[in-house]
Amino acid sequence: MENLLAARAQMAMSLAFHIIFASIGIAMPLLMVIAEGLWLKTKDETYLTLAKRWSKGTAIMFAVGAVSGTVLSFELGLLWPTFMAYAGPIIGMPFSLEGLAFFIEAIFLGIYLYGWNRVPKTVHWFAGMMVLLGGMLSGIFVVTANAWMNTPTGFQIEAGKAINIDPVAAMLNPSSFSQALHMTIAAFLAVGFAVAGIHAYFLRRDPHNAFHRKAFAIALSVGGFFAILQPISGDISAKRLAKHQPVKLAAMEAQWETERGAPIRIGGIPDEDNEVTRYAIEIPKALSFLTHFDINAEIKGLKEFPPEDRPPVAIVHYAFQIMVGCGFVMIIAGIIGGWLTWRRKGLPINSWYLRFITFCTPLGFIAIEAGWTVTEVGRQPWVIYNIMRTADAVTPMPHLIVPFIGFTVLYIFLSIIVVILLRRQIFIYE
Amino acid sequence: MFNLEYWIAGVMLISLIVYMLTGGADFGGGIWDLFATGRRAKDQREIITHALAPIWEANHVWLIVIVVLLFVAFPVAFATIGTALHIPLTLMLFGIVLRGTAFVFRTYDDQSETTHLRWSRLFAIASIITPIMLGVTLGAVASGTIHANVETGIVETDFISSWFALFPFAIGVFTLTLCALLAAVYLTLETDNPELQEDFRLRALITAICVGIMAGVSFLLSAEGAPSIRKGLGNSIWSMPFHLLTGAVAIWAIWAIWKRHYPLARVLVPIQVTLIIFGWGFAQFPYIVTPNLTFSNTAVSNSVLRPVLIIVVIGAVIVVPAFWYLYAVFKGRDDRDSDTTG
Ligand code: HDD
Ligand code: HEM
Ligand code: HEM
Repeated sequence: MENLLAARAQMAMSLAFHIIFASIGIAMPLLMVIAEGLWLKTKDETYLTLAKRWSKGTAIMFAVGAVSGTVLSFELGLLWPTFMAYAGPIIGMPFSLEGLAFFIEAIFLGIYLYGWNRVPKTVHWFAGMMVLLGGMLSGIFVVTANAWMNTPTGFQIEAGKAINIDPVAAMLNPSSFSQALHMTIAAFLAVGFAVAGIHAYFLRRDPHNAFHRKAFAIALSVGGFFAILQPISGDISAKRLAKHQPVKLAAMEAQWETERGAPIRIGGIPDEDNEVTRYAIEIPKALSFLTHFDINAEIKGLKEFPPEDRPPVAIVHYAFQIMVGCGFVMIIAGIIGGWLTWRRKGLPINSWYLRFITFCTPLGFIAIEAGWTVTEVGRQPWVIYNIMRTADAVTPMPHLIVPFIGFTVLYIFLSIIVVILLRRQIFIYE
Repeated sequence: MFNLEYWIAGVMLISLIVYMLTGGADFGGGIWDLFATGRRAKDQREIITHALAPIWEANHVWLIVIVVLLFVAFPVAFATIGTALHIPLTLMLFGIVLRGTAFVFRTYDDQSETTHLRWSRLFAIASIITPIMLGVTLGAVASGTIHANVETGIVETDFISSWFALFPFAIGVFTLTLCALLAAVYLTLETDNPELQEDFRLRALITAICVGIMAGVSFLLSAEGAPSIRKGLGNSIWSMPFHLLTGAVAIWAIWAIWKRHYPLARVLVPIQVTLIIFGWGFAQFPYIVTPNLTFSNTAVSNSVLRPVLIIVVIGAVIVVPAFWYLYAVFKGRDDRDSDTTG
């Protein structure tokens, strides 16, 4: 394997692994503080049991999230020293703030997980809120760093070096708001559905179990609520792409020709040699409308850009389809859930619906992985869009295949153990 | 002295000290888990677990602070270190991942003797690899063998010779002994059982002597292995009184452990470690990577450093009381009987 490819593979694998645990670190605290808050309010012990059992699973996830994140912060220098020598100071602001958020999160997590019998009830709940805040801020800050790679601002270039650095402007670059919003919602949405799916599975066997009913209600409300918000924030992202990264948008939609009234393509096979996309279902003029609120707006096609500046079209296109597809299934699940609740004036535990929610368990995480593939692969061949090519950022270190295989084996091993341990946590009480 | 980059360098040095005193002691806990012996081996392991569980994740963040400050303020140095020391850093990362995960998995896996022991072994071995590799990295940075281009951070290196040498490994082992000493001393106060206290007292005494030996060995090796540091350590005006002070504190600490004045030892040993790291920091100053990269010639502009320092100050205002509360909750009281995992 070529060195650059190995470095990219290692980075992608490490991030794909970390993001799962990071999302759980953002969203599980919300579920826990809701459950614990309901316990404080209603004095119903079931809610306390729920908060405690969720916190056990979360303890495992947090540890994996923290160590895999540490790996990432070193890997930035181990794999991309040139990129970091250039970008480190510019995107340093969010990373410094992120360090602060980690402290808040890790300190209060210790109090939350181990302090059930040691601190007053309200302090304990407050600690949970601080973990939630710390997790959300960690995610938001690091995503603004990634957003800067998409729309670099806040500096000038002179003789190949960055000067007049304005770290605040870099952090508040044009992509930050939409990406951070979309990512934060994605975390709540994915975790909400994953947790709801697990409890739906048990409710099918035991529909009257008070514990699972309460868990299901909380998780599904969170997941369903954010599912409905997500396409709105996705649309904000797409509008921003149309303005700032048209080539990525063109790859997502497999749009070769520059066109007025461009369609949205569902499925299809992008043929990169002949520069056409075949067999797609087209929704006429929808893309122009969604990105510009004008059915005849012009959308730039891939042919506007020289081939060496285009990302791999098929990967980006398929990844985008997967993300949006998963999103729509979950929106439907959320809407049906709301409707059933209203109709039944109670929990939507029709057995077909529970089966549907069980099916949704992994969808949010699949969408997160796909979404990041869109963002990252869609930015290629650039590591900093229009400024530095990925190929120029990689370390001269030879044999990168070795650490890549090493980390891959390590992470596969960890994934297996995490699954086994979670199964035990979940089934042990059944 | 009032250049902003020196303030950042100071914050990094303090973070490193705090990391050693807290996170380093967590690694030391892993070492004593491996060497848990005798009738009370199981109890020793239990105390270690109990002491670490609520705090290790927070302690670990200090390392991230150091890395982030390095790449924000001294990006060229970060690039250089990441390139030339790719191998020991990667090994350290493996250690970090395995240490943290094995520790948690042990708590949540089935509690049979064999499973528990298997995770303990992994936790312990990772707790040994990580501080050694951290020390090797610091030793290599000090050794003067990493010749980097100041402008680009590009470094001529075979990726091995600058760290695979006697001096860096001596620093690695030195770091390991410091972690073990800190942990042993802290652990004497984590239990009320006099027999267990004796166990950790003995361990503290042995490691205190090892620390002394490794300090001497490192100093001798530095003549060949890190000449510019040796100059800093040996020749300047402040060095002699500083060494005497460090030595005096070390001997006082051994006396305190010997006499079973554990609360005193718990104060003196961290002071000793702090002095050692300070000594090294001042000896290396103004170099960040000897012999080419200094704090000044790799620092970025003040427009970047100023906001970072502001964040550090705000952060300190938030983080210090929060840490204080965390330790007060878990280290201040004696009721160690309560349910640990909720
Ligand atoms: C639960 C996960 C999830 C779901 C259901 C969706 N997304 Fe998404 N999407 C993400 C999770 C995600 C993500 C993983 O979080 C990304 C990667 C980078 C980012 O900021 O968010 C992302 C990126 C991303 C981008 C690229 C942004 C960039 O390159 O900077 C666009 C245009 C969209 N999304 C649009 C949508 C639309 C129109 C959706 C309609 C339903 C949608 N997403 C559902
Ligand atoms: C602050 C956040 C991030 C930074 C600084 C970052 C940085 C990088 C860098 C330097 C590369 C290598 C160059 C390249 O191949 O593009 C890369 C690649 C990649 N990253 Fe990101 N990344 C971030 C977030 C993420 C996240 C959260 C994910 C998803 C889980 C992700 C997925 C990927 C993928 C899939 C690649 C490989 C792209 C390819 O092989 O074409 N990134 N990232
Ligand atoms: C290059 C990219 C990234 C780097 C260098 C990085 C770094 C880190 C580090 C060092 C930690 C451990 C903190 C601790 O010890 O508690 C961590 C945890 C975390 N990261 Fe990342 N991260 C990256 C990408 C992301 C992304 C894209 C997200 C967005 C969702 C994210 C969200 C989080 C969260 C919420 C946590 C805390 C949760 C936990 O500890 O499991 N990170 N990250």
